Amino acid sequence: MRVPILKQGDYVIASIQSALTDDDLIQLRDDLAAHVGKYRSKGVIVDVTVLDVMDSFATRTVRDLAQMVRLRGARTVIVGIQPEVAFAMVQLGLELGSVATALDLEEALALLRYEGQ
Amino acid sequence: MKDNEARQVGRQIPITSDLDIVEARMAARTLAAKIGFTGANLVMIATAVSEVARNIVEYAKPGEVILSVIENGPRRGLEVVARDNGPGIPDVAQAMVDGYSTSRGLGLGLPGSRRLMDEFYVDSKAGKGTTVTMRKWVPEK
Repeated sequence: MRVPILKQGDYVIASIQSALTDDDLIQLRDDLAAHVGKYRSKGVIVDVTVLDVMDSFATRTVRDLAQMVRLRGARTVIVGIQPEVAFAMVQLGLELGSVATALDLEEALALLRYEGQ
Repeated sequence: MKDNEARQVGRQIPITSDLDIVEARMAARTLAAKIGFTGANLVMIATAVSEVARNIVEYAKPGEVILSVIENGPRRGLEVVARDNGPGIPDVAQAMVDGYSTSRGLGLGLPGSRRLMDEFYVDSKAGKGTTVTMRKWVPEK
């Protein structure tokens, strides 16, 4: 299932709507890298609230996504990682590295605006 | 399997593509919830199933994931068996070390899954495939 990507001002917002396969995640990564160039976006927000699993593949793909977006001149913020998901990620030994996170969309927008100043 | 344990097979899911990984982890979550797991335990089970199912897709497809309800006296639990007829893991001890990967993975699949579950066994022979068995018991109230 393709993740809808919305443009809002200088930012693009990808709001994941359902469980994603590995291929869906890779498609999202590539779509976002392309969108940043197309719309000359300054920031990307990925909302993962509905994901009930962030396994090693999802985590690596999100990290790659953020790195690709950065190389295209924009910032990425991941929002909505559920507390149970965060717990399982830590148990599994997964980390998002330097990828920015926020609790919700509002905080993510505030973070991007602050960093953009 | 000890003599005093009983097992009832719940679901058998063939694993051939990344779509089946999603199917397997959703089925595991559903069955786990049915037997009394809640919250973070559900996520840990689904995550561990995702990791072992992905190992099959990346290294040894096709394979299967078998989900069973197990009982030991008053205790209930979920057993996950991930089985394939792939190349096998040449060095199981090495594959259980964090960060070891021969593929594009993070190398956290097996050691990470072991941390998410209560019991974890790997049976693998070169050329004969791999069977990963993992169990988690419903916490006592």
